Amino acid sequence: MDNKKKSKLQIPPWGWLIISFLVAMLLWFFLSVNEKTARSFPFLPAIIEALGTVISRGILAEDFLSSMISVLSGFALGFVTAVPVAFLMAWYLPVRNILEPWIQFIRNIPPLAYVPLVVIAVGVGRKPQIIVIWLATFLIMTVTIYQGVRNVDETLLKAARVLGAKDKDLFVKVVFPATTPFILTAVRLGVSVALTTLIAAESTGASAGMGMRIRSFSNSFEVAPMLLYIILIGIIGITSEKIIKTLERKLTGWQEKREI
Amino acid sequence: MAGEERNLKVRIDHVEKIYDGRQGKMVALNGVDLDIYENEFICVVGPSGCGKSTLLNIIAGLLEPTSGAVYVDGKKVEGTGTERGVVFQQYALFPWLTVLKNVMFGLKLKGMPDDQAKEIAMKYIKMVDLEGFVDAYPKELSGGMKQRVAIARAYAVQPEVLLMDEPFGALDAQTRTQLQAELTKTWQEEKKTCFFITHDVEEAIILATKVIVMSARPGRIKTIIDIDLPYPRTQDLKMQKEFLDLKAQIWGEVYQEYLEVRK
Repeated sequence: MDNKKKSKLQIPPWGWLIISFLVAMLLWFFLSVNEKTARSFPFLPAIIEALGTVISRGILAEDFLSSMISVLSGFALGFVTAVPVAFLMAWYLPVRNILEPWIQFIRNIPPLAYVPLVVIAVGVGRKPQIIVIWLATFLIMTVTIYQGVRNVDETLLKAARVLGAKDKDLFVKVVFPATTPFILTAVRLGVSVALTTLIAAESTGASAGMGMRIRSFSNSFEVAPMLLYIILIGIIGITSEKIIKTLERKLTGWQEKREI
Repeated sequence: MAGEERNLKVRIDHVEKIYDGRQGKMVALNGVDLDIYENEFICVVGPSGCGKSTLLNIIAGLLEPTSGAVYVDGKKVEGTGTERGVVFQQYALFPWLTVLKNVMFGLKLKGMPDDQAKEIAMKYIKMVDLEGFVDAYPKELSGGMKQRVAIARAYAVQPEVLLMDEPFGALDAQTRTQLQAELTKTWQEEKKTCFFITHDVEEAIILATKVIVMSARPGRIKTIIDIDLPYPRTQDLKMQKEFLDLKAQIWGEVYQEYLEVRK
């Protein structure tokens, strides 16, 4: 009897996902009929209609593409610069002492604050977007990878050395694999920061893009497409995170349990 | 081992190690001299801070002596070398490699082709009874199993001298006893010279042909005691008079040093 009762209460994870989805829909519906919030939260049919419009007008594809180009180039630049800087900081004390305070300082300034400055420096268009995303992703990834390199277990280096490893082997066979989990975490954080920064970066003078479009919808009081874009940005974010998490599990499954 | 032909394997020649610490100079080793012969099993005991780990690291080539030198087969030690294997207390397995790949690590560094390296690695994995775990990652293994892998990994590159820094220190009593028996067996089969650090006097008597008691501050060799008990040394031995006498003698020497350190 007891057993039966227990199994009745057991809801599988996908079941919870459906419940969670329904609860959110209910809340959304409530917001859409409530007098005070109805204007900001049009319900699903209006959103679907808006989706049809932005697709047929061709702006969704254009915006999505434009944003992705900025995010990916900014992120790629951030990554290829963060890796060497992080390693240099971990290995050379002067590099660390000079760079670290500034990296920590700038990292704590929201990118939105310095976007105008970058625009003044390089003009409007894609350039300031890429620069701002580059800077933001570079900072977070440098800090994360740097921690990883510093965390490499000294005993593992000793163990490799007594087994015949030379300096080059130490890097390729010990430091690099030991740092991989941190590099993947850095990628995940970097992508997330890139998306967050994108909206700020596009808000000043872009010709297309998810963030720029939200701003322009806001100027013309087109609430439904605006909400649609906000939801789409969320979907892009969670999808990329899921992809990277899968990658992390595949590549660093050897780790003792650790979450960052 | 008296009466046998003895080849000098390791000569520790007046090794001195001074650390420059925040509280001034600290003499870790004060002129240590020791000759280790082929196939000897040396156990070093002494209170913590007597420099026994420092000595091991100097023999391994991981630390440089301030003065003096270590010679292995007449050749001066400069840096690490595969003729000297090390087993660490913290296992030091590469967590991203499987058991097999861990044991193959040193062989691959020698440039050995995969199938040959695998064959040798498998031999040593079998020796430590882990053939059922070749594809397991270190995180899936218990402490005792991890240390077995580390021992197999050290043996696989076929060192002349095996240096072990309290390898069983982190293990429970049962696993410890079992690994001691296994290690003795391996040592008899593989004919390596062993240099084993421990703080456990019983462990030293069970394993060693010769027990070295070190004194602290500054670290130097205090007494050398030959253990002439026949192998294999079983658990029953621990109840016998000759064992207990040795234990009392060595423990007395170590305890005296322990009191010195506390002063």
